Parts: sequence; structure tokens; C-alpha cells
Amino acid sequence: MSKPLEIPTMDMTHKEVMRRIEYTGDMLLNMGPQHPSTHGVINFLVQTDGEVMKRAIPEVGYLHRSIEKIGERCTYNGFMPYTDRVDYIAAMFANQGWAMAVERLGGFQVPKYAEYCRVIACELNRIASHLISVGTMAMDVGAVTPFPYALREREFINDLLEELCGARLTYNYLRIGGVAFDLPTGYEDKVAHFLDHFEKILDEFNRLITYNEIFIKRLANLAPIPAEMAIDYCLVGPNLRASGLSFDVRKQLPYSVYPELHFEVPVGKGEVGAKGDAWDRFWCRVEEMRQCCRILRQCLAQIPKDKEIMGKVPRKIKVPEGVEAYSRIESARGDMQYYVVGGAGENAHRVKIRTGSFTAMGIIDELSRGLMIADLVALIASLDVVAPEIDR
Amino acid sequence: MTFEEIHQRLAAKFGDRIGPLAPANKDAFAPVQTPAIVEICEFLKTDPELAFDCLINLSSVDWPKKNQIEVVYHFWSYQKQHSFIVKCLLDRAKPELPSVTSVWNAANWLEREQFDLMGVVFTDHPDLRRIMLPDDWVGNPLRKDYAEQPEWHNITTTRESPLDGFVRLDELVKKKASEKKEVLQ
Repeated sequence: MSKPLEIPTMDMTHKEVMRRIEYTGDMLLNMGPQHPSTHGVINFLVQTDGEVMKRAIPEVGYLHRSIEKIGERCTYNGFMPYTDRVDYIAAMFANQGWAMAVERLGGFQVPKYAEYCRVIACELNRIASHLISVGTMAMDVGAVTPFPYALREREFINDLLEELCGARLTYNYLRIGGVAFDLPTGYEDKVAHFLDHFEKILDEFNRLITYNEIFIKRLANLAPIPAEMAIDYCLVGPNLRASGLSFDVRKQLPYSVYPELHFEVPVGKGEVGAKGDAWDRFWCRVEEMRQCCRILRQCLAQIPKDKEIMGKVPRKIKVPEGVEAYSRIESARGDMQYYVVGGAGENAHRVKIRTGSFTAMGIIDELSRGLMIADLVALIASLDVVAPEIDR
Repeated sequence: MTFEEIHQRLAAKFGDRIGPLAPANKDAFAPVQTPAIVEICEFLKTDPELAFDCLINLSSVDWPKKNQIEVVYHFWSYQKQHSFIVKCLLDRAKPELPSVTSVWNAANWLEREQFDLMGVVFTDHPDLRRIMLPDDWVGNPLRKDYAEQPEWHNITTTRESPLDGFVRLDELVKKKASEKKEVLQ
């Protein structure tokens, strides 16, 4: 006989929840670690009463590769390829965060041309990352058609990035003080050609899925996050902006050449339901891709002609022990921060990478209460978490 | 508000429980006395002039030379668009400090991460258990003197380096040629 049970509260520990499950006869469901819609290797301990969840406890760590510890053992330049593995879907941003942190640590200057190369690569990567996000999100809630459409466009970007740096996923393109390679000949035309094609596709994508009535009915009012709660849990990036707060590191704390570029920050308006619901998060990403196209067009027009890709950086980077630097960039998954403490030798004493997915996972416990199990899948997809970025 | 203004406002309220502003590269930080951290955080959040509504980062640094573990808090205010850094200096043998989960919910996971990887104990934390590593793991990997346990549930944590006994191909050819010569002689 199962007894009536109040919804577990935040102050209950993991063990108490487990004991209560045994006692009341609620069902304990292990969703993951190998579940197709958890976007990587994450486990959710789901306590359910029939179809309704009482609580979903995220269990992370399956992809922990101790990247922060590796950062303490590598030289500053040697750590660059490892940062790719922090977030393999948007690797360019992890590169840039590390490069900016060390440049701040050592006081190195980056030539303007290299900054433009960085922004072009990053914005292309942002489109690719958002395409994966919106494509898989549509697929997770049951619309399979948009996924190949999104992946097809991502292939074009992968080709462009492969031409730029030779890799399709883990780019290792940025260097401390600049970039590794110059833009290939005719690259500007190729990117412009892609943008002409892609902007039309975005409208088509909106007609196909974003304003699709079934899709809206599925996602509207699903797990809305008020702005105060988003700030309290430290949500960042599109997840935060969907809640109606206009904050973009590129606008508010401009770095690189972003002060010279004009773009808008899409903010969730609650067009089809409550503000900050899953549909708003989806819409924010689609609109951000449009803004990326705008940024890219300006970059192609404004890029200097001097072709200087590396600043003056010593071959062996050494900084005084205990000096600290902190960098914030707007990654595809939001505010990504590197906290670096300089070490005695040629490597850092401590590297801390604070990623958007990690804090986004912290909110799932509270949001999941009272949701249906099928909605958990939509919630995870709408937060756009990437498992390696959570675990590092 | 600048770092200095924020620090002055804090010092006016808390007196000597806030240390002097120490510059470290471009970001200055203020060391605070460990027992006062929750009170200071509550003031940082609720004071209308400061309004630090977000804890954006929490990390810790191990200093075996100084026999200290520093816990570093990065605050950011979305309302006022300013930031501040606070450090707690803990004894390396017994790193303990109160949890700030009651002030910001974001601290829950960030503190669990530091507990797991650095071994900092946050008292009054609602759910303090390991987050990345298995619950029965021994040691805290981000400590500077960490030595990995040789095996975990009969799974070895080390393996032979594939480069052990590695000889370059041209050297191998030379070696074989010299061996041949020796045999002929």
C-alpha cells in the first residue's frame, strides 16, 4: 500500500529521497546514462508517481576527464587542444576563452585582423551549435523532419571551418596572441555565399517548425523560468535571455571587435505562452542565428587588409606565480568563464572553467517537480546542455 | 560601482572582517574572515546599492607552500552591471566554511564541485556529496599532493604507456645493421 506523499523539498538529501522512495512505493526510474535524448552521458534518477515526476535528480560525471587538472600540467600553449574537448559542439568558444584568459594574464596584444578571424570563426561555430540545438530539440519532442534540415546546413559550416583550420569538430584554431592560420583565398566570398543561402533557409526553418502549430502547442508554457529564478540559479546565454533579461556578454562587457559590430540581442517575449518557456528558448536560438549572419556580413566588410595573424608572444610564456586573470565570453551556451592563476613554471597553477551547461543542470531538480516524464526530455533539450561541458 | 567603491561600502559595514583590497592582475579581490561569509553574501545581495543578484563563479586554489586553500567567489550584478571578487583563506588541513546556498541557489552545484575536486567542506550545505567522481572515490584530485588510487573496484586506473620501449624506425634500422655487423665479425 502506498501512502500519500508530499512533494520532496529542496532540503531533503539524496539519501532521504531514496529512503522515501522505498517506503512509499513510488517508482524510481533511471533515465540514462545511455539515453538518446539526454544529449550525452547523463543519468537522471526520476521519482515518479505514474506519468508525473515528483523529482528528477541529475547525476553527472560520466564524462569527467579532469580537464582542469590537465590544465595545471600543460604549458599555456599546450592546453589549447584540450579546451576543444570542453565543448565539442562549440569548440571555438572554449579556445577563445582560454586564449583571452592567458592574453589577459600575460598582457599580450592581438592584431585586429586576427580578432576578425576569431569572430568570423566563432560566429560560424555559433550557427553550427545552435543548429544542432534546435534540430535535436525538435527531434526530442517528436518532430524528426527539421533535424536533417538543420544538420544539412551545419555540414556547410563544417566544410567552411574545415577549410579554415583542417578540423571539423575540435578546431584548435586559436592561438594565444592570434590565430593559427590566415583565411584561405576566396574565403570571404564563400562565407557570403553561404549566408545568402542560409538566411533563406532560416525563414524556411521558421515556417517548417518554429511557428508550427503542433510544435507551439507542445512547447508553450512548458517549464517557464522566471527571470529572478534564472539569475538565482545562474543560467546564462539564450536560457537567460529567453526569460526576458537582455544580457549578452558581447554587448554588456564587449571584448574582441564586438564594439565595432552592430547586432541585436533577441529576448524572450512570451509570444505563445508564459515568458521563459521552452518555446522561448527555442525561438531565442533561431533568432540568434539571424544575428550571427548580420555579424558575419559586417565582419566580411570591415576586415582589415594587413593579414597580420599573430601578435608578439614569447615562445615560452611565463607569468609571475599567483597572478590571476578572469575572462568572460559569450559562448553558444552562454557566459563562459575561465579563471586562471599563474604558476611558477611554464604552466598555470589553477585553471577553472565555468560553463553554462553546468549551472543549467542545477536547475533541473527544481523545475522537474510536477512535470510529465516526456516533458523532462523537452526541458533538457531546451536548456541545450552538452554533457562534456557539464563534466569537463 | 568600481572595486574600490564596493570595498569601501563593505568595509564601512563589516569593519575589520573585510581585509584590504589586494590587486591581482586587473581584478582586485578582498579577503574576508571565514565565519562572516554568509552574512557578507547576504549583505551583497540585499543591499540596494550593491545588488549582487548572481554568484557567477566559485572556485578554490590549493597553495601547499602557504598551507592554505583559497575559496574564490565571483559576484556579478545584473541590475548594476558590476562585479566583485571575495576570497576566503582556509587552513589546508581542515578546509571548512559555511555554505552560501541559502543566498544563491547556484551555489549548490558549484560548492558540490569544489567539495568533490578540492575537498573543501561546506557546512550547512543541503546535499553535500560528490558530483563528478564516484561516491567511494578516495582523495581530491585538484589538491597539489593528490596521488591517484591504483585501482577502483578492480578496475585499474593506470596503464602501461604505449611509448615504453618505443624505438624510432630509423634507429631500429641502424640498430639491426650494427647487430648484423657484430654477428659477421
